Parts: sequence; C-alpha cells; structure tokens
Amino acid sequence: MSDQSEVNRGRRSLVIASACAGGAAAVGTAVPFAASMLPSERAQALGAPVEAEIGQLAPGEKLTVEWRGQPVWIVRRTQEMLDGIKRVDDKVADPKSERKKNELTPEYARNEYRSIKPEYLVVVGICTHLGCSPQDRLKAGPESFESQWTGGFYCPCHGSLFDLAGRVYKNKPAPDNLRVPPYTYLSDTRILIGEDKKAA
Amino acid sequence: MAAAEKQAVTGAGPFNGLLTWIDQRFPLMQTLRSHLTEYYAPKNFNFWYYFGSLALFVLVIQIVTGIFLTMNYKPDASQAFASVEYIMREVPWGWWIRYMHSTGASFFFICVYLHMFRAMLYGSYRKPRELLWIFGMLIFLCLMAEAFFGYLLPWGQMSYWGAQVIVNLFDAIPVIGPDLAIWIRGDFVVSDATLNRFFAYHVIAVPLALLALVVAHLLALHEVGSSNPDGVEIKKSIDPATGRPLDGIPFHPYYTVKDTFGVVAFLIVFSIVVFFAPEAGGYFLEHNNFIPADPLKTPLHIAPVWYFTPYYSILRATTEEFVFWALAPGLAAFALLIIWTVRSSATRIAVGVIAIVLLLGLLTLDAKVWGVVLMGTSVVIFFFLPWLDRSPVRSIRYKGPITKTAIALFVIAFFVLGYLGTESVTAARTLAAQIGTAVYFLFFFLMPWYSRMDKCRPEPQRVTWK
Repeated sequence: MSDQSEVNRGRRSLVIASACAGGAAAVGTAVPFAASMLPSERAQALGAPVEAEIGQLAPGEKLTVEWRGQPVWIVRRTQEMLDGIKRVDDKVADPKSERKKNELTPEYARNEYRSIKPEYLVVVGICTHLGCSPQDRLKAGPESFESQWTGGFYCPCHGSLFDLAGRVYKNKPAPDNLRVPPYTYLSDTRILIGEDKKAA
Repeated sequence: MAAAEKQAVTGAGPFNGLLTWIDQRFPLMQTLRSHLTEYYAPKNFNFWYYFGSLALFVLVIQIVTGIFLTMNYKPDASQAFASVEYIMREVPWGWWIRYMHSTGASFFFICVYLHMFRAMLYGSYRKPRELLWIFGMLIFLCLMAEAFFGYLLPWGQMSYWGAQVIVNLFDAIPVIGPDLAIWIRGDFVVSDATLNRFFAYHVIAVPLALLALVVAHLLALHEVGSSNPDGVEIKKSIDPATGRPLDGIPFHPYYTVKDTFGVVAFLIVFSIVVFFAPEAGGYFLEHNNFIPADPLKTPLHIAPVWYFTPYYSILRATTEEFVFWALAPGLAAFALLIIWTVRSSATRIAVGVIAIVLLLGLLTLDAKVWGVVLMGTSVVIFFFLPWLDRSPVRSIRYKGPITKTAIALFVIAFFVLGYLGTESVTAARTLAAQIGTAVYFLFFFLMPWYSRMDKCRPEPQRVTWK
C-alpha cells in the first residue's frame, strides 16, 4: 500500500465529495419510490363521507355501512340497553373516553353513551387491537366470556369485549374503545358519516 | 490468463473440444471443481443433512409452479378469488400446479425448520460459521415474508383478515406506527392497492432477495466448509500427500447421489399430500379461505397457517398481567444476573440503564406493543445463537445433560405454542401459552450460562462414523 505522503489529498477530497453527492442523489431518488406507495389520489377520494338512512332501523337493531372500506355500525339502542351501559362503568377500561380522545372520540361523543343522540350509537366496527371486526352480542344475558353480560360486542380473534357504547372491557388485548367516526345528522333519519359540522 | 494459454480440458469425452472452448472463456471447470467435485464434505453426514438440499429443491418447485400460476392469476381485488377458482377448475392441470405451490409452501417450512434444528443440534452456527448462519436466518425471514405476502393473493377470508392483523402489528409501533401501516397497505384498509403490491413483493422483490441470499449462503458454506454431527473441523486433519481432509469426501458424486435419494423419498411424501390431502385437514389450506374476502365480517375463528402459529401464540400470550407479573420481574432478574456475572463495569452500567428504560416501558406502554416486540424477538433471537452458545463443544453428542434438557424443553414449548396458535383463546390455553413463551425465551436468554456450566464430554480428534 502507498505511503501517507503519496496520497493526493486534493483528489481524495474530491472523491469523498463526489461520493457524498452521489449518495445524497441516490437517497433522494428513493423518495419518489417510497411516496408512490402512499394511498393514491383515488384511494384518498374514496375516503369521502357516506350517507346512511336510519329511519327503517327498529329499536335494538344494528345497521352496517361501509366507509373507507371499513364497517361502520349504527345501533338503535333501547332504554334497557342504555341502562346496561351505565351498569358496566366500573368494568370498562376508559369509561369517560379520555384516552386518545382526538383520534377516537369526537367532542360531541365524549359522553356516557359516546354518541350525539343517546338512542343511536355510531362506531367503526374494527377492534382497536389488531383490526378484526367484533361480532354482535347485543342481547343481555350470561355469555361464556362474561356471566353478567349487558350486551355489546365480542372480538373472536383475541377475545376483546366492548359494551354497547363501544367501550372496551378492562384487561383485554384491545387497548382502546372503538373509534367513533366523525358524523352528523342531516335530518332525523339521515346520518352523514365521515364529516361533521365543524369540517363542513 | 489469455485464452490460448489455458490448458485443454482433459478427458476423453466427445465434448472435450466444446468444453475447452468454453473453459478458455469462462471459469467452468474451476467452478465445478471448487463447488462439486473437489468440494470436500465430511463423510459422516446423517439423516438431518438432507434438509438443506431439500429446501433448495422446494425453492425450485415454488419458482417453477409460481411462474405457471402467474399466467392465470389476476392480482385484482375484484377478480383474484375467481381467478384462483378458475385455475382450480378450468385451467388444464391448474389444480395440480396450485396444490404443488400451496403444499410446497408448507414443505418449505418443514424443511427449513428441520434444517435449522440440525444446526442447533450440532452447533453448525459456531465460529467460523456465524455469517453462514446469519445468511440462513435472513433466508428464513425472507421465506416468512414470502409466505405472508403469498397468503393474501387468493383473497379469501383468511387471506384478508390475516393480512389485516399482521399489518396492524406495525400500527402498534409508537409514534410512526399508524402512518407506517397506511404506507404498507397503500390505503386506509387492506384493499386492492394492498393486494397489488403484495403480488409484486411475492413474485419479484422477495424471490430476488431470496435467491441472492441462497447464493451468499452457499458461498459462505463452501468458504468455511460443512460442519458435521460430531462438530469437529475436518480441515484440521489433512492428508499430507494430497492436501485433502482425511475425513472429507467429494460432494460430487457422493453427496449428489445421497441427496438425489433424499429428493426421491421427499417426492413420494410430497406427492401423497398433493394428490390425497392438499388441504392437510385445514393446516396447509385453511377452510375459511374458500370463502371470498369480506371486509365487513371477520370469520368466527381466525388463526395463521401452522408455520406461524408459535410466534402468534407468543403475541397472544402477552397480556397486561403477563407483562406485569412475568415480563417485568423476568427482565429485572435477567439484568441482575448479567450485572452479577459480568466483570466490566461499563457493561454493568449499560445493562442497568437499558433494564431501567425497558422496565419503565413495560409499565407504561400498552401490552399490545410488548406482544409485538416479543413476537419479533422470538424470531430475531435466533440470529444471536452463535454468541449465546458458550459451550466448549459444538455437537449435542458431546454436550451435557443441562443442554440436552434445555433443547428438549424448547422443542416441547415450540410445539405447544404452535398447537395453541391454531386454537381459539381460553383462560387455560392463555396460561399454557404464557408458560410456553417463558420456556421459549429462557432457552435463549440463559444459554450463555447453562452452556458454559454444563458437563461436556471431550470432542474426538476425527469424526466418528458408524
């Protein structure tokens, strides 16, 4: 190998400088490739709000509509169901919807029933654990997973439980309550999901 | 070397002239010699040494059947499921090609698991084969990615919800998680965009990486030479006259013949599954995957394919209580053990600081995050085996009772976790999975201590051969 004295320092600096410039250009080129994997304009447009007609919904029934490819549940709760929600306040992890509230619970749903009108629950039917869609166990009565069941949802994947306000039970895999999407009433029987008054 | 100077290929075959012409322009004979006819492998290989070449053979099956499947498959959310049914029902021999591919996936994992277990039994990962082992582990990671991406393609219920759950694992990463998950999916949910890009990964990106790694794995193997069931270096006993290892035999023809026999035996078993039990009772092809994907409805029972279930069990076993009562005390005890046995004070301080940071994390972050961390660790920990194993001997043949017990317990834990991962959750099964998880990790984390204190027998100078 050559001695230190034989190194042409000026040339070496140029080599280092051009290697750095080339490296920076290579990294820069990676940006468009990585960006091409983000949701496309079309995918973002499909995130547009959807309307749901709730006039036909009988008390105690559930309607599922698709918003952004996800199931959104609308449950018309009976008075008995609403009373059941109050009874499980001490069994749920976050009864007052205080965790990640900007993400999960819009301001108008930060109440006992997590809804604008107590009668109608509107939540995204995707478990906050790993994204399965929980099953309906709307009726109160003993269940294999909970003897004092007051109605709600059961996730088959990892056993998380949610009450009829979408609040998660304590010590279950799911960390948070079900998400309440932004929504607003267009009339007494029509709901717009995906947009609220503030944004409109 | 100029073309004319190179020696003619010797031998009396009819192709001598052609071979010489090629050899003067391409290192043909030299390559054949150094990798086949003059690559000396230990003469005492046993049954366990079939699975490396078998894994390579399955890779060929997967590539060939995969090419023919892409001729009829449509990577489009509205057509994918129907195109797979089309392959099964209307394409001539399509069912056979697809069942070869789906059965091949499971057999790939069977071969690779047995190949890895062989390395664990005989200490094949020990110095100087650390890099060989790391290339192998990278191949294993690629294989897992390949299996995961491929599983989405039929666009059945298990494809969809399996991808949903796995992509959501990234969502658990603090701060960047949610955006990362969207970037991986290319959409806010698993959708056509996700299917299309998983197809690209499955048919080109990952296979290219896989092939490159297989080449690196073989080059590293041929650089250091194969280990053997006795774990002694055959390069230490060289025949002074020839300069060849006394216990080595040329790979070709000895092991090419042996491996060909292995391939024939493998094909018998493989064909029985392909023709008579391609679903393997729901283990190779899950029943729910014969239902088209429905983003609004999760199947009643979801479980990954069998080769992922041990890790999936570890994920599910990590509940809030497990983090608090097992993980946190376990971490503290482990940190104290290191501090107690390691002399260097810098290491002691570093271990202490890391342990405190992790403990704070364990007590504040969601159990979900730690489930993902443990699942990742359960795979990545294999990379560190060459440094965790401090035994004076390599092979299980000369290791003592502690190591033998530890390996047996680990195998039992692996199978128990694997079984539990296919089942739904109950309190008793969760407890069993938690015990299995503890055994799984103790096997690795305590290895530096028990492998050193174990009473080993001395290794022989030369390989034994029964």
